[in-house]
Amino acid sequence: MLTFTLRRLLLAIPTLLLISAVIFFMVDFAPGSPMADIPLTVPPEVRAKMMAAMGADQPVHIRYVLWLKQFFWNEPLYGIDALFGTDFAQGAQRIISWQSKVPVFQLIGERLPQTLTVVGTAYALGILIALPIGIWSAYRQYSWFDLAGTFFSTMGFSVPTFFTGNLLILIFAVKLGWFPTIYDTNLSITDWDSFYKMVMQMALPVTVLALFNAAEISRYTRASVLENLGQDYVRTARAKGMPERTVLLKHVLRNSLIPVVTIIALGLPTVFGGAIVTEQIFKINGIGAALIGAIHVSDLPVIQTITFIFAVLIVLFNLIADILYGILDPRIRYD
Amino acid sequence: MTDTTTAKIERPRSQWRDVWDQFRHHKGAMVALMLLGLIACFVFIGPLIWQIDPNFIESDAVKMIRMRNQGPSWAHPLGTDQLGRDILSRIMFGGKISLAVATVAMLVAIFIGTTVGVLAGYFRRVDGLLMRLTDMFLALPLLPLLLVMMFLFRDAAASVLGPSLGTFLLIVLAIGVTSWMHAARIVRGEVLALKEREFVLAARSIGTPSLRIILRHILPNVLSPVLVAATLGIASAIITESVLSFLGLGFPPDFPTWGRLLFDGVDAMRTYPDRVVWPGVAISLTVLCVNYIGDGLRDALDPRVRGR
Repeated sequence: MLTFTLRRLLLAIPTLLLISAVIFFMVDFAPGSPMADIPLTVPPEVRAKMMAAMGADQPVHIRYVLWLKQFFWNEPLYGIDALFGTDFAQGAQRIISWQSKVPVFQLIGERLPQTLTVVGTAYALGILIALPIGIWSAYRQYSWFDLAGTFFSTMGFSVPTFFTGNLLILIFAVKLGWFPTIYDTNLSITDWDSFYKMVMQMALPVTVLALFNAAEISRYTRASVLENLGQDYVRTARAKGMPERTVLLKHVLRNSLIPVVTIIALGLPTVFGGAIVTEQIFKINGIGAALIGAIHVSDLPVIQTITFIFAVLIVLFNLIADILYGILDPRIRYD
Repeated sequence: MTDTTTAKIERPRSQWRDVWDQFRHHKGAMVALMLLGLIACFVFIGPLIWQIDPNFIESDAVKMIRMRNQGPSWAHPLGTDQLGRDILSRIMFGGKISLAVATVAMLVAIFIGTTVGVLAGYFRRVDGLLMRLTDMFLALPLLPLLLVMMFLFRDAAASVLGPSLGTFLLIVLAIGVTSWMHAARIVRGEVLALKEREFVLAARSIGTPSLRIILRHILPNVLSPVLVAATLGIASAIITESVLSFLGLGFPPDFPTWGRLLFDGVDAMRTYPDRVVWPGVAISLTVLCVNYIGDGLRDALDPRVRGR
């Protein structure tokens, strides 16, 4: 298991390098770069200074290597410094946003908590909704509950989040006035009153994302439980007189959760991507909103860094899913 | 002496007949097929009956202001928008674009996916390389990349091919290039199994060249999984296109799709909620139908389920 983990970790390095190259060069070679947008009235020497100030006067492969060094070496050093109050970085060059002249990672650090609270709560809630639905749907296959559950899950990933989100705003915020339409990022929880406010403003975005996630997870849970219910060990357990409860919740559930756990791990990074839309609807000032904002003002360092962070998350969670699968399922041995 | 009473032999049934018979038993898929047919009629035949130009704006300013934001009436069954354009005809037009984008994007994705899958499955030498490539594409953050691609190349594409055709091609290619991976994996698996079958061996033993074996013997046999993948691909392409449009990085406003209409409607959502609801319902219904049809097709094309 350890050798497998190590091998996968080593394999992740070339993958990440390749992805970072794709992202960096695609963004850099694109015709919409802000370098092309400097007005022609600007004198050439000023233009050259502007390029140098943005670090854009170097050849592209040198900038790529520099960016990699900043991403994988300088920024972690600053991270360690910030955590322990040390000074390893010693003023090394950081990745700077062109728009706000703030280090990109500081920007991300400011935005990440909002995204994490909403996405994290939504994902946890989605799993909590999905598992019982999936299990009971499979246990009572073709019953009305199963039909309703299957319809719910098909609805869940057919109706796009930008429509459910706006529909919920329309019904619960505009017509009924129960919830606020816009997420207030500055709200900090100090007492019960602000906590209540927080819950209220999180309700709609979390519902939208949770329903979407629940749809997918419940589908996999149902399929997995169905597959296990037909296995011989279930018949054995029933034959020796186990109560249905034990059969379902102990024998079947444990085995059928193995693929579900990997699906949950694999789905986590895509949730961050999907949250871009939700953040846009509810005006949550999260990492997805930062990406959209950066795209609209062609802030290349922010775009490259955030996109690459998404890629790192995907590779990381693929790895976690593979390892979890090996740990949870004793039938699978990688070596 | 032959017995004339048994001479009437039942005609051999074709495979597609069997598939259709099985498909008909899937109630959800049949309902979805009919609904999708209705939507297609509405979108493609509708404009022939309802002949208002979706981009028609009254040139007379006074008249235009009077035409704005009208409620439902016989002249405009769904009302008019903030520039006095007829919403019904805009939804028809938008549907046409949305469906066209989804179909062409799906064709691009299936073409790339099938090519990569067949090559990887059939030729062992390129298998490793192509599958690593597929894995890498699967690890790319697709939505952010799509957004970046749209933003960076939209103006360039528009200046070469014109705003509507340029954006169309760009969106179609971008969606196609980022969604072929699942098709490639499925096809590769099928080809790996098919390659070892006797009929391929027989074909090879009489000296059939590889290209001919692939076209004649392999491709027809991977058709059914590809068909299912294609159907589900249409659904996700509709969603992806409307997400791009919703985030303001899709088609220009005078060339609306359902996603763009919804995006335009959000600003006036409090006063005119129906401008968000109609395009949203159209997108959701279409995707739901396509997904159900995909489910039905999967069951119908699976020989283990068929005939039960």
